[in-house]
Amino acid sequence: MANKQIMLGNEAIARGAYEAGVKLSSAYPGTPSTEISEYLAKYEEVYTEWAPNEKVAAEVAIGASISGARSLACMKHVGLNVAADPLYTFAYTGVSGGSVIVVADDPGLASSQNEQDTRMIARAAHVPVLEPSDSQEAKDFVKLGYEISEEYDTPVILRTTTKLAHSQSAVTLEARVEVADKEYTRNAQKYVMMPANAIGRHRVVEDRENRLARDARTLSVNRMEIADTAIGFITCGIAYQYVKEVFPNASVLKLGLVNPISKELIADFCEKVKTVYVFEELEPVIEEQVRAWGFDVKGKEIFTKQGEYSANMLKCAILGADDAVFEKQDAPARPPILCPGCPHRSVFSVLNKLKIHASGDIGCYTLGAVAPLGVIDTTICMGASISALHGMEKARGKDYIKNWVAVIGDSTFLHTGVNSLINMVYNRSTATVMILDNRTTGMTGHQEHAATGKTLKGEETYAIDLAELCRAIGVPNVVEISAFDVVGLEKLVRESVASDTLTVIITKAPCVLLKGQKFPNLCKVDPEACKKCGACMKIGCPAMTRGADGKVKIDATMCNGCGLCTSYCKFNAIQTMER
Amino acid sequence: MTKNIMIVGVGGQGTLLTSRVIGKAALSLGYDVKISEVHGMAQRGGSVVTFVRFGEQVSEPVVEEGQADVIIAFERLEALRYAHFLKKDGVLVVNDCRIDPMTVVIGAREYPEQILEGLAKDHKVYSIDAQKIALELGNSKVLNSVVLGFAAGFIGFDEKTWLETVETTVPAKTIEINKSAFTRGYNNK
Repeated sequence: MANKQIMLGNEAIARGAYEAGVKLSSAYPGTPSTEISEYLAKYEEVYTEWAPNEKVAAEVAIGASISGARSLACMKHVGLNVAADPLYTFAYTGVSGGSVIVVADDPGLASSQNEQDTRMIARAAHVPVLEPSDSQEAKDFVKLGYEISEEYDTPVILRTTTKLAHSQSAVTLEARVEVADKEYTRNAQKYVMMPANAIGRHRVVEDRENRLARDARTLSVNRMEIADTAIGFITCGIAYQYVKEVFPNASVLKLGLVNPISKELIADFCEKVKTVYVFEELEPVIEEQVRAWGFDVKGKEIFTKQGEYSANMLKCAILGADDAVFEKQDAPARPPILCPGCPHRSVFSVLNKLKIHASGDIGCYTLGAVAPLGVIDTTICMGASISALHGMEKARGKDYIKNWVAVIGDSTFLHTGVNSLINMVYNRSTATVMILDNRTTGMTGHQEHAATGKTLKGEETYAIDLAELCRAIGVPNVVEISAFDVVGLEKLVRESVASDTLTVIITKAPCVLLKGQKFPNLCKVDPEACKKCGACMKIGCPAMTRGADGKVKIDATMCNGCGLCTSYCKFNAIQTMER
Repeated sequence: MTKNIMIVGVGGQGTLLTSRVIGKAALSLGYDVKISEVHGMAQRGGSVVTFVRFGEQVSEPVVEEGQADVIIAFERLEALRYAHFLKKDGVLVVNDCRIDPMTVVIGAREYPEQILEGLAKDHKVYSIDAQKIALELGNSKVLNSVVLGFAAGFIGFDEKTWLETVETTVPAKTIEINKSAFTRGYNNK
């Protein structure tokens, strides 16, 4: 292996964990954090797994730490909400083996439902946060995270953002250091967080945070680059790169440890530099502390709390002009869409035809919200489709949801949807829940889960039977059907929304992007038979377009041959044929 | 001097692999390199853009408006969407193909006519029908290597470096066909 490689931020994080002697990692997929686990799984020395959700992943990492081994948990920013319960108390218990939680924020919402800032949660939980600016730092900071974790007896959050996670830059590789497991001795005062013990630990948490804040003054990753003292920036993470791009000669206080912050360090910098800007993506976490200490800085009044930052944005904010030469041209938007051959399209075509509202969830199927299918009415968070529909029924009565269903993917159902379904069973729901079972975690790039029969490491394992699971918790009516059986599905949905029996419909068809899932046929239009009625276009398949003559054409390179379009042609103008 | 490359296209066209080959080739020649990619929801048939920057020392991983030396567009409409990222004398390399976005499929918008002719008024535009060449080679999936080969002349580096990088980046079974695809693009002046 070459000593220097170009690596994705996420790959570098995995490498850092490997080199740090991590023994266990648990995670739930979530953009932009997913690839960390996939890269880490390639190292034989590290046990890696997909957990059903982030709370479980964090607790697995906590257990490994208490047992004396170095552990890792990875998640996206909203995953930390799910894992917040263990996180806040993990801060109290502290660690035995070092423990790092990687949390990937998504400023700019490349693939998320909100833009929350993990540093705010970390401050509330009193957990230290390291934030790297490139792939090399990503690797180095993971290793530093384990040192801080063990030295200060605390879990450490490594915060990344989309640009860092999904950018590649050069990384120098080092060897793995095998770290001896710590000896286990029972310590109830530290690990049993009942009130009498937790009172004592709360004091420990505060002392530890104060000590780390003092030590942060000389921590190597908090770097002062004094150059032109007329202008200076306090910055962190990827924002540092934009500062260096636009103001290579400005003074910079680059914070690698973004929580807690050393007041003395800030004072030093503000004394040396005339005009100080705090340049940080999302929330003014550093800025508010700096201002609270009485330092005069500029920040969010000229920079925004929204979206991703950039060099041009910084240039505009301070210099009043950017590099743009040409006007942006008007080009029809190209939003993401369900793939040709996607089984979700088939299910949504039925809901669209029946004019059914869908309480939606998080996954590729969220794309069912946009034209022309337009069947998803709500998307909140993982698992909310089922519970929100239940809330509608209980608030407005069972007739209110006679034209509603909940739709949720297989992986999302196992994540937190199953809890909501238990609530429906317990509280006498009459709803219809559709589990769109495509045998994978699709949106994040095809990860295994507890119902696929394979582990993250590729080993065979027991595959949870979703229908049996639903029956076991007491759902009275559970039906499985092919996602592409539009006639059967239409009848089934019609009947189940009308009935007063809680029904789970599991629509089955593997994601078309999974290996070996290509349909044997291609769909072809007979131009003689096409009446230009446009009925087939309502399913929103990207392989289908209209020619200049108004007749439908199917692009053979894009068509996956699912045949859904043939079901919607009254004139039999579309046929499936051999490739 | 840092060189700024953008690769734009439609999710699924193989733009990620293209940016990785460019980045790796630059690294092998001793440059500092940064690449920025798009993952997740945006990949699903949406407009995708990746960036490669290389030079003595590179800070930010993205290319912004007015900074691109070369834009490699895998589709005409995407060329139109991102052309304003070009520098004054930047080069626009376009795979001459049309993929209708859903806004056009459902009739909400029309696919613009004469895109390349319009862009040529302000920019240096070079186009290639890579799909046709890829199909001649027997695999439509090597379209991205054809486009890369065509664009390579505008990025720099010698042919040997390119071919070695293609060889170490693409899946083992497809090395030969990808190298042929690259060469066909490279020699298509």
